[in-house]
Amino acid sequence: MRRALTVGVLLLAIAFPLAMQAIDQTYYVTMASRILVYALAATSLNLILGYGGMISFGHAAFVGAGAYTASIMIAEGMPSAWIGWPLAMAVPALLALAIGAISLRTRGVYFIMITLAFAQMIYYLTVSMKAYGGDEGLTLTQRATLGFGLDLKDDATFYYVVLAILVAALFLVSRLVNARFGRVVQAIRENESRMEAIGYPTLRYKLIAFVLAGALGGLAGALLANQNSYVNPGILHWTESGKLMIMVILGGVGHLYGGVFGAIGLLGLEEVLANHKFAWLAALYPDYQQHSLLGVGVAMLAVVLYAPQGIAGLFRRGKDG
Amino acid sequence: MAEALLRVDGLEKHFGGIVATDGVTLEVAPGEIHALIGPNGAGKTTLIAQLSGSLAPDAGRILFGGADITAMPQHGRVRAGLARSYQITSIFRRFSVRDNLSLAVQARSGSSLAFWRPVAAETALAEEAGRIAAQVGLGDRLDAAAGSLAHAEQRCLEVGLALATNARLLLLDEPMAGMGPDESQRMIGLIERLRATVSVLLVEHDMDAVFRLADRISVLVNGAIVATGTPAEIRADADVRRAYLGDEVPT
Repeated sequence: MRRALTVGVLLLAIAFPLAMQAIDQTYYVTMASRILVYALAATSLNLILGYGGMISFGHAAFVGAGAYTASIMIAEGMPSAWIGWPLAMAVPALLALAIGAISLRTRGVYFIMITLAFAQMIYYLTVSMKAYGGDEGLTLTQRATLGFGLDLKDDATFYYVVLAILVAALFLVSRLVNARFGRVVQAIRENESRMEAIGYPTLRYKLIAFVLAGALGGLAGALLANQNSYVNPGILHWTESGKLMIMVILGGVGHLYGGVFGAIGLLGLEEVLANHKFAWLAALYPDYQQHSLLGVGVAMLAVVLYAPQGIAGLFRRGKDG
Repeated sequence: MAEALLRVDGLEKHFGGIVATDGVTLEVAPGEIHALIGPNGAGKTTLIAQLSGSLAPDAGRILFGGADITAMPQHGRVRAGLARSYQITSIFRRFSVRDNLSLAVQARSGSSLAFWRPVAAETALAEEAGRIAAQVGLGDRLDAAAGSLAHAEQRCLEVGLALATNARLLLLDEPMAGMGPDESQRMIGLIERLRATVSVLLVEHDMDAVFRLADRISVLVNGAIVATGTPAEIRADADVRRAYLGDEVPT
C-alpha cells in the first residue's frame, strides 16, 4: 500500500513536465525543479536535525559552499558535472568536518548559535571573494555539462536530473536511517549520555552524520546554482538556514519525506500568496502580497499547534499513534 | 586476595570549595559483590561517575584489570568491560525493549558504521537482546516501548542495558530505587544470579539487600571511605553505626 503510493507519486512526478508542456505552462516545470532542489537541501538538514537531533542553524553554509564550488568550476572552464558536482559535495563535507568537530562538542542553544556563527563567517568569506563577484555574485556563462546527450539548459531535462538525484538521495537516507548507523544516530538523539554509557563514542557518529548532511546539502547547492545560472552570497545568508529549518519543521522532523513535504509546502505557499490574489484575504489584510512571510508564519503556527509531526505526520496518523 | 579487578587509588574530586571525593581508595576483587553505602550526599554517585568515566577526577588513579584507565573516555571503559547503571532511569524511552538492549549489544559486536543493511534484519542482535531481556525478567515485554513500562520494569531494563554490554564489572547505582518490596526481592535475586559471571560495585540504600548480597561493604561518609569490611565487620563497627547505620542494622 505504502509502496504503491510511493510509485504512484513518482509516476506523477515523471509525467509532470509532459503535462505542463501539453497545457503550455512550462513555467511550472522550472518552479517544480526549484522545489525538488530545496527538497534535497531540506532532506539533508533533516538527517541531522530530525534523525540526529542536532539543531544546526548553519545549513546554508554547506548549500552555499556547494553552489560556489560548482559555479567556480564552471567559471574556471571545467563545466563537467562529473567533476564539479562531486567537488561541490567534497568541499562542504570538509567544511562540515571542521565546523562539526568544534560545534558538536556543545549542546542545545550553544550548538544553534555556534553553527550560526560559523555559517555567517563563510557568508562573509564569499562576500569578500572579489575574484568571484564578491557581494555582486557570479553569473554563470553556461550550465554544467553532463554528457550522454543531456542538456541541462533544457528545463525538462534539468527537472528529470534533479528528480533522479532526489529519489536516489531519499533512497540512500531511507537505507541509512534503518541501518546500524542510523539507529545509533537516532538513539543519540534520544539519550546521548546513555549511548556513551553503553559504549558508543557519540561525537564520532554525530560528526559523520554532520559531514554526510553537509555533502548532500552541497549537492543541492550545486543544483541551485545551475538552475539560477547565478550564485551570490545571499544563498549563504542565515535567513536561508532558517528557511531550510522551517521546511523541515513544516514537513516533518525526522520523517523520510519531511524535507520534500516542507519544500513543497513552504515554496508552494510563498508562490500562491505572492502571485494569486485572494479577494477574501485582501479584504482582511490588503498588503498581504507584500508580506507573504506573514502567511508562512501563520502556517508555522498552525503546524506547531495542530500538527507537531509536520505534514508527513498527517499521513502517518493511525499508524503509530 | 587475588589481583583486584578494580583498584581506586587516592581519588579526589572538588566542586569549588566542596570536597565530593576525598582520597577514596577502594578495591573490587574478581567475582565480588562490593557494596558502597553511605548517607545521602556522601558522594556515592559522584564516585560512580568518576569510575565510569563521565566525570574526570582531580587527583588519583583508577586501575581496571591492571590497566590505568584514569584518562580513558567512558565509551572506552565500557569496551574494556566496565559499565554502569543509573540511579535515575536512563533508557531510550521511544525505543522498544528489544531495540534498547540490541543497541547495547550492537556496541560490542561489529562496526556500527554500517549504512546500508537494515539493522532489523540482524537476528543475532535481536536474539541476544531477547536473552538479556529474559535474564532481567522482561522476556515478555520485548515489543513494548521502554517509556511505557512500569517503573520497576524500567529499573530492570536499566540494569539490563548495563548487563548487555558484557561487562566484567557492573557499577549499579541504586538499582532498587523506588521499587516496592516484592520488586526489590526480584532485583536481589537477579543480582544474586549475576554473581557467577560478573563483579558488581553496588550502591544501595536498601540495607536488607546490601547485607544479603555483599561480600564486602565500604562505607562512604563526606566523600571519604570510613570503613571497609565483611557485612559482619561493618555491622559491628561502632563508627559506622554512629555515622550511618543507626537503628537500621538488621539484627
